Amino acid sequence: MNNSLATALVGLGAFLALLGAAFAQDAAFQTHAWVVFFVLAIATIVMLRNMKFSAAAAAPVDTSGYMDGVIRYGTVITLFWGIVGFLVGVVVASQLAWPELNIEPWFNFGRMRPLHTSAVIFAFGGNALIATSFYVVQRTTRARLFGGGLAWFVFWGYQLFIVMAATGYLLGITEGREYAEPEWYVDLWLTVVWVAYLIVFMGTIFKRKEPHIYVANWFYLAFIVTIAMLHIVNNLSMPVSLLGAKSYSAFSGVQDALTQWWYGHNAVGFFLTAGFLGMMYYFVPKQAGRPVYSYRLSIIHFWALIFLYIWAGPHHLHYTALPDWAQTLGMVFSIMLWMPSWGGMINGLMTLSGAWDKLRTDPILRMLVISVAFYGMSTFEGPMMSIKAVNSLSHYTDWTIGHVHSGALGWVGMISFGAIYYLTPKLWNRQRLYSLRLVNWHFWLATLGIVVYAAVMWVSGIMQGLMWREYDDQGYLVYSFAESIAAMHPYYVLRMVGGLLYLTGALVMAFNIYKTIRGDVRSEVPMGAEQPEALAPAE
Amino acid sequence: MELDYHSMRAFADSWGLVYMFAIFLAVVVWIMRPGARKSSEDAARIPFKED
Repeated sequence: MNNSLATALVGLGAFLALLGAAFAQDAAFQTHAWVVFFVLAIATIVMLRNMKFSAAAAAPVDTSGYMDGVIRYGTVITLFWGIVGFLVGVVVASQLAWPELNIEPWFNFGRMRPLHTSAVIFAFGGNALIATSFYVVQRTTRARLFGGGLAWFVFWGYQLFIVMAATGYLLGITEGREYAEPEWYVDLWLTVVWVAYLIVFMGTIFKRKEPHIYVANWFYLAFIVTIAMLHIVNNLSMPVSLLGAKSYSAFSGVQDALTQWWYGHNAVGFFLTAGFLGMMYYFVPKQAGRPVYSYRLSIIHFWALIFLYIWAGPHHLHYTALPDWAQTLGMVFSIMLWMPSWGGMINGLMTLSGAWDKLRTDPILRMLVISVAFYGMSTFEGPMMSIKAVNSLSHYTDWTIGHVHSGALGWVGMISFGAIYYLTPKLWNRQRLYSLRLVNWHFWLATLGIVVYAAVMWVSGIMQGLMWREYDDQGYLVYSFAESIAAMHPYYVLRMVGGLLYLTGALVMAFNIYKTIRGDVRSEVPMGAEQPEALAPAE
Repeated sequence: MELDYHSMRAFADSWGLVYMFAIFLAVVVWIMRPGARKSSEDAARIPFKED
């Protein structure tokens, strides 16, 4: 297939980036434009080299079946960005434990942290969501992806967004908005890609052959639509110059803070929860081989989650200049979220009722189930931490970091790993994974990593909060801030170890997936088939 | 009615709230109506129809 138009557009993009570099108003924008120029120039060359000019190349591609090529790319890139993101996480954890590792100016903690959060949330999580949503929507509507090559534009456009965001952070280009650090021109590019994503997904639903829209698609669609809304409103800003990196937010003061956390918490609610619930409602039933426990509960789960989540953001601004009623509103809605969250968790877990024995022999199912269990745990912990009295202890401490990671590593990470393990043999037509025992290794490495991480952050965070609020009988603070930091050093080292375990698990996975794609099958004793020695037949 | 912050807030925590809660209740009633069991069970089997 010849992508003449796409090639021309990428070439044009490279030229525009070159112009941007030539007429840039500031050094940061200039460097960034050079990065984009080289990326797009290399892409143009690769695309030109792949062009075929013979008559045979003009034959139309087969468009009868499902469109899986883009999902294969998505699966591999998810794993790649995951490992990058986990690795940067281990590096930033080490930087906190040993400040000498801050290498100025590009590899300071301040620039590496958004690199870590964006790499794991948007690069790893985002690619997992895009790839699985393309897979699930085709299988549950029994229709090929809408829009032909548009899905490929979504894929490559999203990778370009990630590269621009990541290089921008290291160059010091940032809006300083949590989980939305990229500057205005990168935001505009993501908007274009996201609209294309919505068109592909909605288009596929419109031409579905299955009358009913399966619940997983509802969650995916809520994720796509809400992220579009959040992204646009949170990034309303005025650039200083058309060819400059800096922009200023349309909001100021506490309004800006609330806008950021309206975005920030709904990024958790709709990106990291609704989207991955779409995954849960497809891959858990498929791997367990039985339909979801209660379809009706899943519909109530959906609407309750959608109606409640959007109000929970103010709990990030307790005891600030935000009006008291707004803080209380955020707290109340966060607590109400217990109901849909636990309804959804019970629905996912009960899908296994009558098939619990499969957990003994199927490490992929084990992975999916523990992710749902972590979903339950972190959605219990979150509302508890949003209660103002609890928050007065937990806010600004490592407890919050621990909470985020039990949700991100446990729920988001594990369900994505499970989905990729499920997808790989299907997408590459392999009989099974290279090794199920390696999946088991991954399962235990990751679980142990999360447990170490979360437990250490509980201890460190609560200690930190208690040290900050400790007064002596004359009303003086007992500890200086630096003393609380010194006290946290051992926990920071242990946290790094937890992250390292998690990263090791992901490397085991990469090896397993690589061997599976190559077509190798490891000869091994099936899980749960070991003969206990006492029961061995007598000679 | 003037469209300032206070009137919008008053609308949001009265009629807006009632409207959304009514939609939610309607969804719950609709999905729990007696005839819905069969169609729900069919819908739950969609992922198993092919592949």
